Amino acid sequence: MTWFLDNFAYVWELTVKHLVLSVIPLVVGFVVALPIGWFASRHRRLRGSVLSVGSLIYTIPSLPLFLVLPSIMGTKILDPLNVIVALSLYAAAVMVRSASDAFDSVPAEVLDASKATGFSEARSFFRVQLPLAGPVLLAGLRVVSVSTVSLVSIGALVGVSSLGSLFTDGSRRDFGTEIIIGIIGVVLIALVLDTLLVLAARLLMPWRSVVRSSGRSV
Amino acid sequence: MSVASETVDWLTDSANWSGDEGIPHRLLEHVYYTGLAVGIAALVAVPLGLWIGHTGRFRNVAILVTGSMRALPTLGVLSLVAIYSGIGLTAPLVALIVLAIPPLLAGAYSGIESVDPRTVDAARAMGMTEWQVLLRVEVPLALPLLVGGVRSAVLQVVATATVAAYISLGGLGRYLIDGLAIRDYPQMLGGSVLVIGLALVLDGVFASIQHLALGERSRVEAARRT
Repeated sequence: MTWFLDNFAYVWELTVKHLVLSVIPLVVGFVVALPIGWFASRHRRLRGSVLSVGSLIYTIPSLPLFLVLPSIMGTKILDPLNVIVALSLYAAAVMVRSASDAFDSVPAEVLDASKATGFSEARSFFRVQLPLAGPVLLAGLRVVSVSTVSLVSIGALVGVSSLGSLFTDGSRRDFGTEIIIGIIGVVLIALVLDTLLVLAARLLMPWRSVVRSSGRSV
Repeated sequence: MSVASETVDWLTDSANWSGDEGIPHRLLEHVYYTGLAVGIAALVAVPLGLWIGHTGRFRNVAILVTGSMRALPTLGVLSLVAIYSGIGLTAPLVALIVLAIPPLLAGAYSGIESVDPRTVDAARAMGMTEWQVLLRVEVPLALPLLVGGVRSAVLQVVATATVAAYISLGGLGRYLIDGLAIRDYPQMLGGSVLVIGLALVLDGVFASIQHLALGERSRVEAARRT
């Protein structure tokens, strides 16, 4: 406890870094996956291949991906961009499936009705399909959010600092308190992001209760 | 010379293909740790999951525990276990087992839950005992989801075992961690390629088993229909 109080500024700085490294991939993954998932749900024949590319990406373990990306993108090993790109890929890979399922869950009669009422394709997407797909999209986002927050800490192994740095540092110094503080911090960030997602969903979709699900952590 | 061709050289260098630090030995170690961890975890998680699925008891507890365990950062768990139980195989293995339990448990209970309750009722009405209902009706029908749980547990453990090289576990992760430490990029990249390859191959193997299990399910359903 004294260690935590003495190093509060340091832990806070790492917490902020951790949060930034988690939120960017979440947003990027969501924005990338949304159109791909929509496309996959509209074109049944391509759906299978789009989803298998997603699950293939998701199969790649995180540490090797962090190490391979620099030679593909021409970045330095220590560049936080590697972690951000890797986690965005994972987030998009999972969200594509969620988004495709989400748009599938929009009843065909509703689509027909919106067309018959004279909604343009774009207006139907934003005003009809997206809101109705919302609950399933949210369930996907919550899964991705938890796993992304946990994965950010692996970046500490390749020198990208986050709360994971408390793990590598604590293990080097044989100091359990530091590691425990790090674990608590990571779980708290996951909890806070999850709560924010649920609250945002309540604001944006007051008509629906919230769905739950689960995902990956390495 | 580019890093890519140096990596290919590293992968094809015969010196890297023999001895205790050679690729075959490291690969075997990696598969061995994975098999051991998933095996031991399955001994605990699968019977427990089947029981939860069959009786419906403690279902909420199971969901809560598997859900919150997924939020635990694996690197933190590994580091913590390592400093309290010292260097050796036990510490990382315990961490790998703990991390393999949630997907196995979830696969087992959700598999049993996916079975149509009318099928279970019919089995009981035919005079099957609870054990017969479980082993001859529910488990065969739950097989695809059960194998799905094993599949994600295996992938999880392959990935985590790589990370565990940093707390002195052997396996392919050694190349990544050691290569990174001494800035030996070909070794690091070669190791990464091997881990990714292993993960993709194992995923393919379990995808096929899952497919076979699905075939089993449709055979059972066909037998039920006729």
